[in-house]
Amino acid sequence: MKKVERIGVNVAGYVDDRTGAAKWLRKNLTKVFPDHWSFMLGEIVLYSFIILLLSGTFLTFWFDPSQREVVYDGSYEPLQDIKMSAAYASALHISFDVRGGLLMRQIHHWAALIFMAGMIAHLMRVFFTGAFRKPREANWLIGVGLVTLGIVEGFLGYSLPDDLLSGTGIRIAEAIIQALPVVGSYLAFFAFGGAFPGEAFIPRIFTVHVLLLPAIFLALITIHLMLVWYQKHTQYPGPGRTEKNVVGYPLMPIYMAKAGGFFFIVFGVTAFLGAVASINPIWLYGPYNPGQVTAGSQPDFYMGWLDGLVRMAPPLETAAFGYTISWNILIPGLIIPGILFTLMALYPFIESWMTGDKREHHLLERPRNNPNRTAIGAMSLSFILVVLINGGNDLIATHFSLTINQIMWFTRIGVIVIPPMVFVITKRICLSLQRADREKVLHGRETGRLVMLPHGEFVEVHEELSAAEKFTLTQHEQPMALQVPNSDANGVLNPQGLKGKLRARLSQAHVEQVSAPSASEAKELESGHH
Amino acid sequence: MNAGVKRLSRYRRHRYAAPALLITALISLGATFQVASALPNSSRMESTPKSTLIEEGARIFAQGCSSCHGLNAEGAGIAPSLIGVGAASVDFQVGTGRMPMADMSQQAMRKDPIYNEEETAALAAYVASLAPGPAAINEAQLTYERDGNTAEGGELFRTNCAMCHNFAGQGGALTQGKYAPTVMGVEAKHIYEAMITGPQSMPVFSDKTITPEEKLSILKWIKSAESEPNLGGASLGRTGPVTEGLLVWTLGLGLLIGIAVWLTAKAR
Ligand code: HEC
Ligand code: HEC
Ligand code: HEM
Repeated sequence: MKKVERIGVNVAGYVDDRTGAAKWLRKNLTKVFPDHWSFMLGEIVLYSFIILLLSGTFLTFWFDPSQREVVYDGSYEPLQDIKMSAAYASALHISFDVRGGLLMRQIHHWAALIFMAGMIAHLMRVFFTGAFRKPREANWLIGVGLVTLGIVEGFLGYSLPDDLLSGTGIRIAEAIIQALPVVGSYLAFFAFGGAFPGEAFIPRIFTVHVLLLPAIFLALITIHLMLVWYQKHTQYPGPGRTEKNVVGYPLMPIYMAKAGGFFFIVFGVTAFLGAVASINPIWLYGPYNPGQVTAGSQPDFYMGWLDGLVRMAPPLETAAFGYTISWNILIPGLIIPGILFTLMALYPFIESWMTGDKREHHLLERPRNNPNRTAIGAMSLSFILVVLINGGNDLIATHFSLTINQIMWFTRIGVIVIPPMVFVITKRICLSLQRADREKVLHGRETGRLVMLPHGEFVEVHEELSAAEKFTLTQHEQPMALQVPNSDANGVLNPQGLKGKLRARLSQAHVEQVSAPSASEAKELESGHH
Repeated sequence: MNAGVKRLSRYRRHRYAAPALLITALISLGATFQVASALPNSSRMESTPKSTLIEEGARIFAQGCSSCHGLNAEGAGIAPSLIGVGAASVDFQVGTGRMPMADMSQQAMRKDPIYNEEETAALAAYVASLAPGPAAINEAQLTYERDGNTAEGGELFRTNCAMCHNFAGQGGALTQGKYAPTVMGVEAKHIYEAMITGPQSMPVFSDKTITPEEKLSILKWIKSAESEPNLGGASLGRTGPVTEGLLVWTLGLGLLIGIAVWLTAKAR
């Protein structure tokens, strides 16, 4: 042993004697992670969060979160001598007079968009594969919390520079707060420390944006990842993969090397976007001035659906007890989003109630093998998409020669009609895909090779699937609908009442499946096969 | 002095002298006018250039515009009266190719002008001759390079124009399929004329709302925004967050997912 090695061993031994770290490390470093591209979505989110922390810290060195009025005297000519808030002036300073400042601003904002987009994609993968099922409901709930906070964090972020667009956004937020019955105007007064826009709002949201929310994120992400760690990662079904094991690579060194490399890839893509594509060009928007608005005021995409909902609401107000209740803001701005997020958070529990399935699940489902869930997901996505289209109605109108009114009515009707249609269509597609799987297992894969039989008939050669492929296509469960008794022991009809009926109906819908070929079916075919 | 002259001067003081002279003068004037107007077209060059311009304008108008605006520009069911709109309005509408309108859509669209500068000036002179209105602007009047203030112009633009034309003058949608077009690449005099005439849904910005100096500042800002390089990289249309969102889902996340698929692909 060389001297260095001896020192190393001694130090390690010292630490191990006192902490038992070796055992812990051996257990954890050899922990196995399954390998699939969709499992890296969570990593994309994690890495963009780290990029956000780093680039954001850089920005705080120069950003001055104050609404004190200053006169601009920096190097951006077209705003020379204009009165503006110190916040806006310092954001301009970062953009034009701090070396690398504009790049950092753009990296920060692109990272925020990738963070949100990645989080939504990650959520979709968790949803469509059923990864939220027991025992991972807690992680699903944390995830819903993270999405919600992400929306808030992003909104506060682009409100900070106090440019015309962010001011317009804050104004809408104020209107939504004010729309709360009775307490609204007091709450708004409290949040803004007086009348809009006041001088208090930006300093306050700055603290929330750089301190409070990041701390909560950090805590939630830590718990999130610890849960993934202890509950182990789920895996896609396949030969050798069961509810009891995890097939994949050990954390050290393979997974760590891959993950570490992937961090730099995420960073590279973000930096590339920051370097080549302009984002939030605040100098073009100009400083916020309550007397100004601009055509095409839009929020970032993760808020866009809210904006779209508010835009499509018909003007509806009632006056009661001396208060005006603005339903046209209250419903799209608070009530609908509240319902949507509550339903999303509760979905794991709703599904397990519908199916009566209380078991643990560590094997993921292919989306097609759970048609009802997949259809619900697609339906929700189509809702958000339709609403999002209305959020961009003015731009769509000018770019595709349509009128705002056409888009408005299309989306108003579409938001009611399209989601149910998507539900039905998605469910049918899933069932046809199942049917195709069944065909494939029973008759093999079409090869496109034609063979002429001696008597002149042409047949296509079908290639039999491998045993592994057959297993993967047939392993999924064939759940049964819940049986709700028609009468109980005492002869009482419908002992569970309406709720029981509803549950039976829902579970019936949920289990609709094309039955996978059973072993005997396969045998039968094989014996009679040409 | 000879006797003849004396006699004449005596007649001059005659009490019928003044009326007689007046009548002679009137008759000769009438006769000249008769002769002049009976002359063939070719000799029109002798009359003042202004009135020819108007007549030329009237002729073009009868051919190209009267079908919609009425024979005397008095307006018809389909198009408004042009009496009193002034040369500025005609110069703007015809100079930007909006008039003659090609199809009766929501809004006259900008297109390549059909009439050249002289013809446009003639039309403008004709419409201006019907009733006074804002005069057309020529480029020499627009001393915005010297007298304008870019930053102030930006403020004015954001206060008065951005709600329709977007913060960067890229244009935006209005209700019922109408839209405010981009102001980038529009000739300075047409921008000025748009402000003083208020085409269609655009309000008129009189010299009281925005003084002529302020208008020059707006021009200067628009022209500087036009030539401003995209400081942050590709501009994505200068339309705000919608294009940014599209890019992040396609290029941003798309690329990352592509790489993830590649990284986890089984080596074959
Ligand atoms: C196809 C019908 C049509 C023809 C041809 C047409 N116009 Fe127009 N014009 C309109 C309509 C409709 C409007 C009002 C709405 C608009 O501006 O789009 C209008 C508006 C105008 C205005 C603006 C009036 C104002 O209030 O400021 C001017 C100036 C004008 N036209 C000039 C002309 C001239 C000059 C011509 C001939 C070169 C012409 N137009 C030919 C239909 C027509
Ligand atoms: C209420 C909305 C509105 C406001 C405010 C407004 N505009 Fe317009 N603007 C329009 C519309 C609509 C048109 C198109 C008119 C047409 O096509 O005849 C237009 C046309 C123009 C054009 C002609 C563009 C072209 O393609 O030829 C210019 C230049 C222009 N506006 C400048 C301005 C300026 C400068 C201001 C501020 C001082 C302003 N506008 C304010 C609605 C507006
Ligand atoms: C700050 C945001 C988030 C970060 C950094 C994050 C990170 C991660 C990571 C790295 C994993 C393991 C790899 C993977 O499965 O992709 C994971 C798993 C998981 N995440 Fe997230 N996530 C975030 C938000 C969310 C959201 C919004 C949801 C859903 C509402 C969610 C639900 C889950 C669940 C249920 C798992 C376990 C998946 C499984 O074991 O198959 N997470 N998360």
